[in-house]
Amino acid sequence: MEKAYETVIGLEVHVELATKTKIFCGCSTEFGGAPNTHTCPVCTGMPGSLPVLNKEVVNKAIAVGLATNCTITQNCKFDRKNYFYPDNPQNYQISQLYYPICRNGKVEIEVDGKKKWIGIHEIHMEEDAGKLIHDPYTDSSLVDFNRSGVPLIEIVSEPDMRSAEEVIAYLDKLRMTIQYLGASDCKLNEGSMRADVNLSIREVGAEEFGTRTEMKNLNSFKAIARAIENERERQIDILEAGEKVVQETRRWDDNKEYSYAMRSKEDAQDYRYFPDPDLVPIIISDEWLEDIRAKQPEFRDEKKARYQEEYGLPEYDADILTGTKKLADIFEETIALDANPKKVSNWLMVETMRIVKEKEMDADDITFSATNLAKLIKLTDSQAINSTVAKEVFEKIFDEDIDPDKYVEEKGLKTVNDEGALRTTIEQVIADNPQSVEDYRNGKEKAIGFLVGQTMKAMKGKANPGMVNQILKELL
Amino acid sequence: MDLNMTAVELGKKIKNKEISVVEATTAYLDAMEEREKDINAFVTIDREGALKRAEEVQKGIDEGKYTGPLAGVPVAIKDNMCVAGMLTTCSSKILSNFVPTFTATAVQKLIDEGAVIVGKANMDEFAMGSTTETSYYGETKNPWDLSRVPGGSSGGSAASVAACEVPYALGSDTGGSIRQPAGFCGVVGIKPTYGRVSRYGLIAYGSSLDQIGPLAKDVTDCATILEAICGKDDRDSTSVKEDGDDFTSALADDVKGMKIGIPKDYLGEGLDPEVKESVLAAAKALEAKGAIVEEFDLSLVEYAIPAYYIIASAEASSNLERFDGVKYGYRTEEFSDLHNMYKKTRSEGFGAEVKRRIMLGSFVLSSGYFDAYYMKALRTKALIKQAFDKAFEKYDVILGPVAPTTALKLGESLSDPIKMYLGDIYTVSVNLAGLPGISLPCGYDKNGLPIGLQLLGKHFDEKSIIRAAYAFEQTMQVKTPAYVTERGE
Amino acid sequence: MQITDEIIDYVGILAKLELSDEEKEQAKKDMTNMLDYVGKLNELDTDGVEPMSHTFSVHNVFREDVVVNGDDRENMLANAPEKKDGAYKVPRTFD
Repeated sequence: MEKAYETVIGLEVHVELATKTKIFCGCSTEFGGAPNTHTCPVCTGMPGSLPVLNKEVVNKAIAVGLATNCTITQNCKFDRKNYFYPDNPQNYQISQLYYPICRNGKVEIEVDGKKKWIGIHEIHMEEDAGKLIHDPYTDSSLVDFNRSGVPLIEIVSEPDMRSAEEVIAYLDKLRMTIQYLGASDCKLNEGSMRADVNLSIREVGAEEFGTRTEMKNLNSFKAIARAIENERERQIDILEAGEKVVQETRRWDDNKEYSYAMRSKEDAQDYRYFPDPDLVPIIISDEWLEDIRAKQPEFRDEKKARYQEEYGLPEYDADILTGTKKLADIFEETIALDANPKKVSNWLMVETMRIVKEKEMDADDITFSATNLAKLIKLTDSQAINSTVAKEVFEKIFDEDIDPDKYVEEKGLKTVNDEGALRTTIEQVIADNPQSVEDYRNGKEKAIGFLVGQTMKAMKGKANPGMVNQILKELL
Repeated sequence: MDLNMTAVELGKKIKNKEISVVEATTAYLDAMEEREKDINAFVTIDREGALKRAEEVQKGIDEGKYTGPLAGVPVAIKDNMCVAGMLTTCSSKILSNFVPTFTATAVQKLIDEGAVIVGKANMDEFAMGSTTETSYYGETKNPWDLSRVPGGSSGGSAASVAACEVPYALGSDTGGSIRQPAGFCGVVGIKPTYGRVSRYGLIAYGSSLDQIGPLAKDVTDCATILEAICGKDDRDSTSVKEDGDDFTSALADDVKGMKIGIPKDYLGEGLDPEVKESVLAAAKALEAKGAIVEEFDLSLVEYAIPAYYIIASAEASSNLERFDGVKYGYRTEEFSDLHNMYKKTRSEGFGAEVKRRIMLGSFVLSSGYFDAYYMKALRTKALIKQAFDKAFEKYDVILGPVAPTTALKLGESLSDPIKMYLGDIYTVSVNLAGLPGISLPCGYDKNGLPIGLQLLGKHFDEKSIIRAAYAFEQTMQVKTPAYVTERGE
Repeated sequence: MQITDEIIDYVGILAKLELSDEEKEQAKKDMTNMLDYVGKLNELDTDGVEPMSHTFSVHNVFREDVVVNGDDRENMLANAPEKKDGAYKVPRTFD
């Protein structure tokens, strides 16, 4: 009989913090830039250079810790993790082993309506490595230290997850929380959020954990789900064959959908951690903690509840709106400009999400401003433009963030409310379409729709539909 | 021109227009040219740059830009401090072609005072050694006896001052590397409190122990130089702003009521009787000036060297990882792959003593041994610090020898590392405890070699040891090496 | 403690040092002697003593989050043994 297995998963999530400068020097963290143009003696490991800690990194790490129910280590330190690799300029990474800034946290996730807490073992601060680019012409590697020293936090979970769905829900929860804090944009595809999956298998009911492997190079939620499924099967096959899983680090190849062991005899995995003598302890006072606690924003769950209560939005709408920090921001900013919450929600839920889907983009990458959405809503409220025109204008706002007032003016899109002009046009439409007029008069109510359409067409869509209807009925 | 002037004396003459900066610089450069074949105190001499700089500084002095006591005075910089545009090797092959693009803060402070850098002083490779024999660029010789070592690791700095090749030099001290060569070469050196001088731009050996300090002809010079280079630096998290940095105000011949303790542990087995006699005579001289002197048990002295070598080697093994042939310095000619490049570069680039300490340091930090060695050493360090704290509850200053002997013969200590390490017995605990120490000549042995006296103070209380040293200096007939007097200075 | 060939090889991997057979023998001897010597610390009772990294109580030394460095690539690459396209060139790291 086939045994039943349980998958045990823990995650190590690296998040790039959204600071202006690197963790230990005054170089910019801006993405892109020609190789090594954001570097200095400190982040290239020049002899004699010394690190000085960016305070904002500590603030953001504390904020994430508080948001994930961690205990903040009020006397914490940095350690050196020693290993040789060309993207690591000093050949040691400044990280935290002995006194990480946060410990013992937890976040709640929900999968298929079931809620569950996932424990966070610790969160520590560290520096990112540089980037290696393969140079096919010389068959060598080129090192770019622009990313070297960009601040990271590593969030280490407890082995509390049992399925890919739970893993995704956990990652999504972390991403939302951190985005709401403004501590990072958390983009898996751009590497500002990276997850390593520790996975082991055990028979259902077993108390001991099995031997785990660590999977790296997972660049999307889909890749994570595929890698988990693949690794679960691989380990079950090994166990079924009566063999033992080897504790190792594996690299996932999402194109080939398989993983391979990253083993090297030159890689002893003995990092010789010790306290970094170049940095002094960080002592976090109660006042400092309170200060950050007081500045914590409203997180998704609270926001969602408030949207339902305060604005009377359906749960589904509140869920979508708060599901992306950017949408929630635009929603609130537009309301702040006196727009009707339900109307704003409608624009975001319907037109915005439609375009986002069409363009296969991430709602995080929306760039239009609340100001212009608010103006658009005012234009429709005052019936200055009709809904067809409004949709057309909105697409321009979405793409180019144009000012709708100016745009409507320049393009002459204002609804025509001039009764005389309408009457003239409608008279012409009636004269041109005797069949439809006939049909209507014979009781075919629907025929009026065609006449309205013809009128709108003649007016280039700018006619006030209510007035058109009224005049038509009157003339017929 | 008298090359045997102190830095402050020369500074005065320059200020009074008795000597021009170019004249002074030329005189020292000429002396270097003539003496280097015997002494080898320098890895790099920058004649052209120094003369150009001398003209600039003279102009700066004339225009009132440089007004300090060291304006226009030439200086040698130990070759582990970065100076922009000047070869900086740490006396190692692995940095044989390294030209920094920035300048160490302590050096920059001297430049801002109008210093003229004439060259980079030889040292033990990466400051690992106490004889300057581990330099890739050849050993430095002691001007008092060319068959002897100048001490180390700041041997080039000490010998260049003793040989009157420069009026003063900067050195660095991780376990005695300023004080011991100062003692062996009969000059004065200060190892400041950890944190007093910025380490930015100092190529690290043991980061928690390293401090930059002056080596010069007398206590006045050292106090003056230290005043110029000290201070909190935004680039060094471990540098601090502390009061009591008006060191020259402590240059007073007054030790009345000063409480001085002599650790009995510093006078026991292994100490050369002549050194002992001379050091005790110095204590008597201070007592005669009104100081209260007594002997006491410091304790733990024998544990300082083991703790020091574990901590320093561990930190060094990590600090020296960056020398890998990727970003700067030497890279091996031929290699099969990345790791082979690393290994060959480092094996060819580092000398035997450096490799020995990297191996030891990597081992004591490795999995399974970290607690037994490294953490044990850090706990021992805490106990040693406590022992000093206790002693300083009773005493203002602790007095003792700098080293168990006077300068050794070349080649004498290299064969037995542990024997060489034992020579650091009176100096390393000061670095472990982060305390300030001064070394100055207190006599000469039967071979005419200088004997060093060491005075230790409380954290950030350099002023007490400067005061005591200055008072003692007034009683001392300081000699000049025959090598120098023969040359008419 | 006795330092074996295996330990020397292992430390060589950690420290990226390649020793000749002769150097290895010497290293074994030196390290064994040195560890014997520093083993003296075991005489000391350090139970309950906090390991001390820094001897003074400086803490919370920070930088403000303000960009102060510009493009200094020329200088950063000035000492590189090999460079290409504004980057440090190293033996291939990709399989």
